[in-house]
Amino acid sequence: MTANALETADREVPMVDVRGVSKRFGHQEVLRHVSLTVRTGEVVCLIGPSGSGKTTLLRTLNHLETVDRGRVLINGQLIGYRQEQNKLYEYSEKEICRRRRRVGMVFQHFNLFPHMTVLQNIIEAPVGVGKKPRRVAIERARSLLQRVGLSERADAYPSELSGGQQQRVAIARALAMDPELMLFDEPTSALDPELVGEVLAVMRDLAGSGMTMVVVTHEMGFAQQVADRVIFMADGIIVESGPPSQVINAPTHKRTQDFLKAVL
Amino acid sequence: MTAEQGMDLRRPEDSADLVVVRRRPVFPWILAGTAVALTVWFLFALATNPALDWSETAAYLFNRQVLHGVWVTVQLSVISAAIGIILGLVIALGRLSHNKVLRTLATGYIAVFRSVPALVQLLVWGNIGLVIRNVSLGIPFTDIGFFSMPTNELIGPFTASILGLALSESAYMAEVIRGGVLAVDKGQLEAASALGMTHMRTTRRIVLPQALRVIVPPMGNQFITLIKATSLVSVIAGGDLLTQVSNISAMSYRVVEMLGVAVFWYLVMVSIASIGQHYLERFLAKGVRE
Repeated sequence: MTANALETADREVPMVDVRGVSKRFGHQEVLRHVSLTVRTGEVVCLIGPSGSGKTTLLRTLNHLETVDRGRVLINGQLIGYRQEQNKLYEYSEKEICRRRRRVGMVFQHFNLFPHMTVLQNIIEAPVGVGKKPRRVAIERARSLLQRVGLSERADAYPSELSGGQQQRVAIARALAMDPELMLFDEPTSALDPELVGEVLAVMRDLAGSGMTMVVVTHEMGFAQQVADRVIFMADGIIVESGPPSQVINAPTHKRTQDFLKAVL
Repeated sequence: MTAEQGMDLRRPEDSADLVVVRRRPVFPWILAGTAVALTVWFLFALATNPALDWSETAAYLFNRQVLHGVWVTVQLSVISAAIGIILGLVIALGRLSHNKVLRTLATGYIAVFRSVPALVQLLVWGNIGLVIRNVSLGIPFTDIGFFSMPTNELIGPFTASILGLALSESAYMAEVIRGGVLAVDKGQLEAASALGMTHMRTTRRIVLPQALRVIVPPMGNQFITLIKATSLVSVIAGGDLLTQVSNISAMSYRVVEMLGVAVFWYLVMVSIASIGQHYLERFLAKGVRE
């Protein structure tokens, strides 16, 4: 196990390296000694029934959720903690924030800032946190908006947009920080069915451009077409992992088979 | 009656083109008529009461002393509100803090200053010189002092009024602000964190602007209540509108006429505040689909 990990580290530093992470909420163990690596440029879809721990696992990747045991490395660096001998010390808030910037996140409910226009939403963090000159940030925001097909709506408020448009703005906002890794937490679950396609199209385009992505999703079609690897989780552990052709089309575990039978 | 008898609704030519006559409830109109009559009678009785001389009220509306009182009332309201809001914000953030000691202190502050009536507080601050004779600034438990002065010089009636009003105002404002902050969706905090924003920055740029929309309506009501509460400072000769009007009536014995002057100015001030509140709410509604 240790020898194996060292060998991988020698070859290439993985973008995401989760080692033996456990997490409990009260009496409930949400993650049980989960390990996972994601290579740079890889697209990984996390699937599984609700309560399986997939969203919690995703949220540990940018320290939105703290872990009880184990550690999370993003591009070779511990996120949220610094290691000294046998202990992990939680970083100062400033340092956590600095490390988080390299990881973009898109939420189920978009979470755009309702009191800001689309453009203001996108430049808020690059200008305020990333210390980018305003002019540069605006230029970048406009090109990102073009990329997600919303250049016309730069001055609209989020409440004037459809759910699909809001989610595309949220993706642009996350990309504005130039992240190395993008996390998606059920990005299409809150959308009307006819709006799902436009968001998936943007994500597909992003995957095609070589972005490393970890996606919690119920969209089996998307997982099948875009994911390099699909991971099925249940009860806080990874049950099955592999290319979509294997996990979705020919699952070997009974839990996976039951789940897929229910959702497909 | 006759229509019902002469018509057969089963025949299509009879059911077409029927005119609808709406029901007109009579009772609300009786009530309205009575209310109008009572109001007119009351105003008439006031206007024609031989014991009241309304020309006195008119004569004193723009009296120098009265106008000075209005100005003091405006100052008391605005300064107390400003201090109350700033202090309230600090207390609210204290109550929302993760630190237990800060939370407890803030909770205690609110409990004390919300429980003590503003009138009692004003009396306490107005008479503080009786208890603490000198106020001095220095390093505690040493002889080093920077300055010292009699309390009565430092805390005159005006300062005492501000203290009493602002402190009780801050306790209410703290609760109003806390309510507004709690009304902001948790997802907003997560989105800000995920973008690498610090807690401070998130509070300032994301949470407070959104909380403001929830805070302003009760804050406006609070301000209007405060304008009226300034009249309490007349008990410590605060120099406000009511103090001045009382001083005048003490000499002229025209008590009700002078109170009429006060009523007029309170109406004017509260109306202006209400209009301001209306526009502020409209301004803050940007980006929100109603």
